[in-house]
Amino acid sequence: MAALLVAEHANSVLSNATAKTLTAAKAIGGDVDILIAGKGCGGAAEAAAKLEGVRKVLLAEADHLANHLAEEMAALVMSLAEGYSAILAPATSIAKNFMPRVAALLDVPQISEIVAVEGPHRFRRLIYAGNAVQTVEASPADKLVVTVRYTAFAAAPESGSASIETIAAPSPVNLSQLIGEELSASDRPELTAARVIISGGRGMQSGENFKLLERIADKLGAAVGASRAAVDAGYVPNDYQVGQTGKVVAPELYIAVGISGAIQHLAGMKDAKVIVAINKDEEAPIFQIADYGVVADLFQALPELEAELTKAGL
Amino acid sequence: MKVIVPVKRVVDYNVKIRIKPDGGGVDTANVKMSMNPFDEIAVEEAIRMKEAGKATEVIAVSIGPQKAQETLRTALAMGADRAILVKTDVAIEPMTVAKILKAIAEQEKPDLMILGKQAIDDDSNQTGQMLAALLGWPQGTFASKIVIEDGKARVTREVDGGLQTILLNLPAVVTTDLRLNEPRYASLPNIMKAKNKPLAEIDPATLGIPLEPRIKILRTEEPSARKAGRKVANMAELVAMLREEAGVF
Repeated sequence: MAALLVAEHANSVLSNATAKTLTAAKAIGGDVDILIAGKGCGGAAEAAAKLEGVRKVLLAEADHLANHLAEEMAALVMSLAEGYSAILAPATSIAKNFMPRVAALLDVPQISEIVAVEGPHRFRRLIYAGNAVQTVEASPADKLVVTVRYTAFAAAPESGSASIETIAAPSPVNLSQLIGEELSASDRPELTAARVIISGGRGMQSGENFKLLERIADKLGAAVGASRAAVDAGYVPNDYQVGQTGKVVAPELYIAVGISGAIQHLAGMKDAKVIVAINKDEEAPIFQIADYGVVADLFQALPELEAELTKAGL
Repeated sequence: MKVIVPVKRVVDYNVKIRIKPDGGGVDTANVKMSMNPFDEIAVEEAIRMKEAGKATEVIAVSIGPQKAQETLRTALAMGADRAILVKTDVAIEPMTVAKILKAIAEQEKPDLMILGKQAIDDDSNQTGQMLAALLGWPQGTFASKIVIEDGKARVTREVDGGLQTILLNLPAVVTTDLRLNEPRYASLPNIMKAKNKPLAEIDPATLGIPLEPRIKILRTEEPSARKAGRKVANMAELVAMLREEAGVF
């Protein structure tokens, strides 16, 4: 019994989603191999080899894997699937795209976004935007195909020294091609990896006003996020969205500003260790889950917060 | 170009769900049901393609109980040309849905199938990708823009880092994200007209696809709730609390 973990990485660096997913893979039991697929991703393979409890790292590099297109990734994973009883990947936009394709080609169901491993075939996952938790059990006869809501797991430590084996990629499927990308460039940490997040909602009133959040983010080394309402209103791009259908985050500190607290937003951030809400409506549902609530007009509160942080030496 | 849009009947997104006290699932008796919001976006997109002269026919398909007819009538009222109901009372898994849709695709031979990226009940986010795999078609998931030109689909996708545009050979499967469009409300005359549009029923037994779920649902429970904390009066107090009590900086 062995598991194949398809890693998330940015070529030279391994995403911490991979180390967290490894913890879930080890909880299932058996050996774990990590697959690094792409082009020029030797750095990520070396980082993966250092994770504790990895049997070996498989490195597949080819031009047609560089963009992680679903059809190509699925073909690669299928070429390796026979040797494994479980295939796992962190529930990122890349894996959410190709993993169900793998499941279908294997003719097995997929279990999406597990938040706990209760046994070799038994998992917990959220349904109805986080309003219910389901315990599910896959048939032991089926190969497991699982995506992992990795924010629910601790990262595996870096104390290993697994070998790296270069493997050949299958020939390209060529059903689709990447023709453009508009990726947000930012010096701030990524939302899913940030220790502190400050998010704005419709209460921000404009994209321009997000500068108020950015100034505080820079003091705290925080990432800037947004509610669906703020993204739909066009204040910020889609990749800022925190929520059930956006990014699911679990930072140490989450500051929600001008966010009322729609259920689908809460589903994306309620695992934060400490939640602060700043909202002028004292009835806003966000206050029901916040550890610290401030009922205030954000346009006064944010400059005050910035000043207080400066006073505190941050 | 023929477009198929699968639609799912789910608990309305505004309803606060009730979990059965025995852990046996979510209570859907006497609860308002609606079309899955992502599927509504898919229907809207297909209709816009027809209005733009890109699509010739839009077919809505639902798999579910007799009442899923209502969801299909909504799609017809929005502007779909005809509908197919695959009637079953079994709660079926995404993989089974994909197999049934594949069978329908083989009969209808569409050029494009547009699905919601996920249903807001089970939040699986699987069916479109599985369908594409079973058909051997390319996929464009989480679409925020679809352009059909020169026999291909140019799909802009919402990804973790921002946006990505891919080019798909047709036939293809596309799944919708929230910002693809804003679905219309069906007008009263169109709701009346929809009653006369063709709605065919298929018995899934004739497709030879096993419907029994392969994943056992053992329990459904309330998530552990966070407790409301306390209100603080001002930012000075907040910073002090975060530093001294919460210890986050």
